[in-house]
Amino acid sequence: MIEMLNFAFMQRALLAALLVGIAAPAVGIYLVQRRQAIMGDGIGHVALTGVALGFLLSANPVWMAVLVSSLGAIAMELIRWYGKARGDIALAMLFYGGMAGGVMIINLAPNGSNANLTTYLFGSITTVSAEDIVAIVGLSVFVLLVSLGLRRQLFAICQDEEFARVTGLPVRLLNLLLAVTAAVTVTVAMRVVGLLLVSALMVIPVAAAQQATRGFAATLGLSVGFGVVVTLSGTVTSYFVDVPPGASIVVLAIVLFGVVTALAAPLARRRFRAAHPGGTGGKDSREDLRGEGGDASEADGGKAATGARGGVRTDGAAGTDRPSRV
Amino acid sequence: MTTKPTADRERPAIADAPPAVALRGATASLGGRPVLRGVDLTVARGETVALLGANGSGKSTTIRAVLGQVPLTGGTLELFGTPFARFRRWQRLGYVPQRSTAAAGVPATVREVVAAGRLARRRFGPLGREDKAAVRHALDQVGMAERIKDPVDALSGGQHQRVLIARALAAEPELLIMDEPLAGVDVGNQEALADTLRRQVEAGTSVLLVLHELGPLAPLIDRAVVLRDGQVERVENPDRLHDLACHPHGAEPAEAAPKIETGLLT
Repeated sequence: MIEMLNFAFMQRALLAALLVGIAAPAVGIYLVQRRQAIMGDGIGHVALTGVALGFLLSANPVWMAVLVSSLGAIAMELIRWYGKARGDIALAMLFYGGMAGGVMIINLAPNGSNANLTTYLFGSITTVSAEDIVAIVGLSVFVLLVSLGLRRQLFAICQDEEFARVTGLPVRLLNLLLAVTAAVTVTVAMRVVGLLLVSALMVIPVAAAQQATRGFAATLGLSVGFGVVVTLSGTVTSYFVDVPPGASIVVLAIVLFGVVTALAAPLARRRFRAAHPGGTGGKDSREDLRGEGGDASEADGGKAATGARGGVRTDGAAGTDRPSRV
Repeated sequence: MTTKPTADRERPAIADAPPAVALRGATASLGGRPVLRGVDLTVARGETVALLGANGSGKSTTIRAVLGQVPLTGGTLELFGTPFARFRRWQRLGYVPQRSTAAAGVPATVREVVAAGRLARRRFGPLGREDKAAVRHALDQVGMAERIKDPVDALSGGQHQRVLIARALAAEPELLIMDEPLAGVDVGNQEALADTLRRQVEAGTSVLLVLHELGPLAPLIDRAVVLRDGQVERVENPDRLHDLACHPHGAEPAEAAPKIETGLLT
């Protein structure tokens, strides 16, 4: 097992995998928080055009992908601001356009073919060049500075954008920065997991971590841990079994998600019982039961207990219908 | 930035200070449809003003305009005597948006959500001991201190609202702006919110809030501005408000009651 470290290509692949394992969940968590988990996938599609342009112009595909996917991410952010009604259609067209543009341009490039794209679509451990590593390290540092250094600000924006604007944060600027950071992450990850699967690495470790955590900081930490575990183990798997690392990494991530979910369910039940001794009758619930609001709040408490996020809306109608009496 | 969290709150000597909110002749449109059609609204220092009116009368748009979240197409807005374009001291505002939940797509603890309120004072700086104390104090004020480590998605609707209020209070604001703080909140939690608000008002905080019903907040309100179709229909004084709160179905005075009822209960 250790002898694989004697190969320079494997050293580079593992270093890239480590950085990607840290960076992808660290950025992905904000997309998940904002319920835009699929955004990374869209950026991946657009990055394909960048890769193909790199071949066409004989430029480095990584840097071209950074450029094009950043422009694509900025366009998506602008669509989110302005394209309220048909924003989803505009995003879909951007995604498909990026994919189609990539395939078209690569075939226009001299001695280019779809085969060149395969390593970018699914990743490859053998193709991370020394030149790529310089780009990957530099871009990873940028991604981590933004996603960890600005975590309080980005957390506030993704939790409640309007509130964040009223605190005086430059929300638009930070949103653009997050979009560009997500694009850079996609590009960094594309050599290891590939453009088609990069979004999985931004989302699944976060989804797995939040099965077991109660807070944002804990979710961030655990998801980065999970990200590193699956990228390293997936890369090693690809060394022994000849499959693209993107596939093995994502399959491992899904297995990890399943294991964490299975382990976390009893843990959450025990925690809930500890926090609410005697069913739902905690201190606050008892307070809720006073007066005529009792029925509504009890139902609400039960819903919160089953972990239905955002499921409190129905209760709102009951509350506002109540006449004002003192 | 001040070193003590309360250092820049010179509450008592505010009699001739400019009002917290001065909105004059405000007009605004949403999607090309005029929503505000010349709204005048003043909130003096230490005053508690309720915005009432039917759905679609422009209540929420008015407070979002006061916060600069809806651009004015006409009229002027001053906050604490500063024209809005030059207003930068965001920590003077505490905003409680109309939301049924404080949760998003990733778990967050009560502490983490409330700490977001401190960004109005810290911006990009790190949070220190003083910020932690302010977060804890804000949670004390809404009676949620013992839930500080709990995930917000384990809370009931009323508790969500209390956490959102604590988030606004964490910045130690001089003006609290709340959009329907009682919506979806059961009676027990409504009373807890009224207690919190009473302490804020006693400490000299100005309050502007949108209400559907006065409920237990009625005794705190100095003035109620009733909106209708994007204009101020009338302003009610406190005595009248007492009647409104106690006899919402119009026992006295008989002539005004039917009109009031539409404003409060529809």
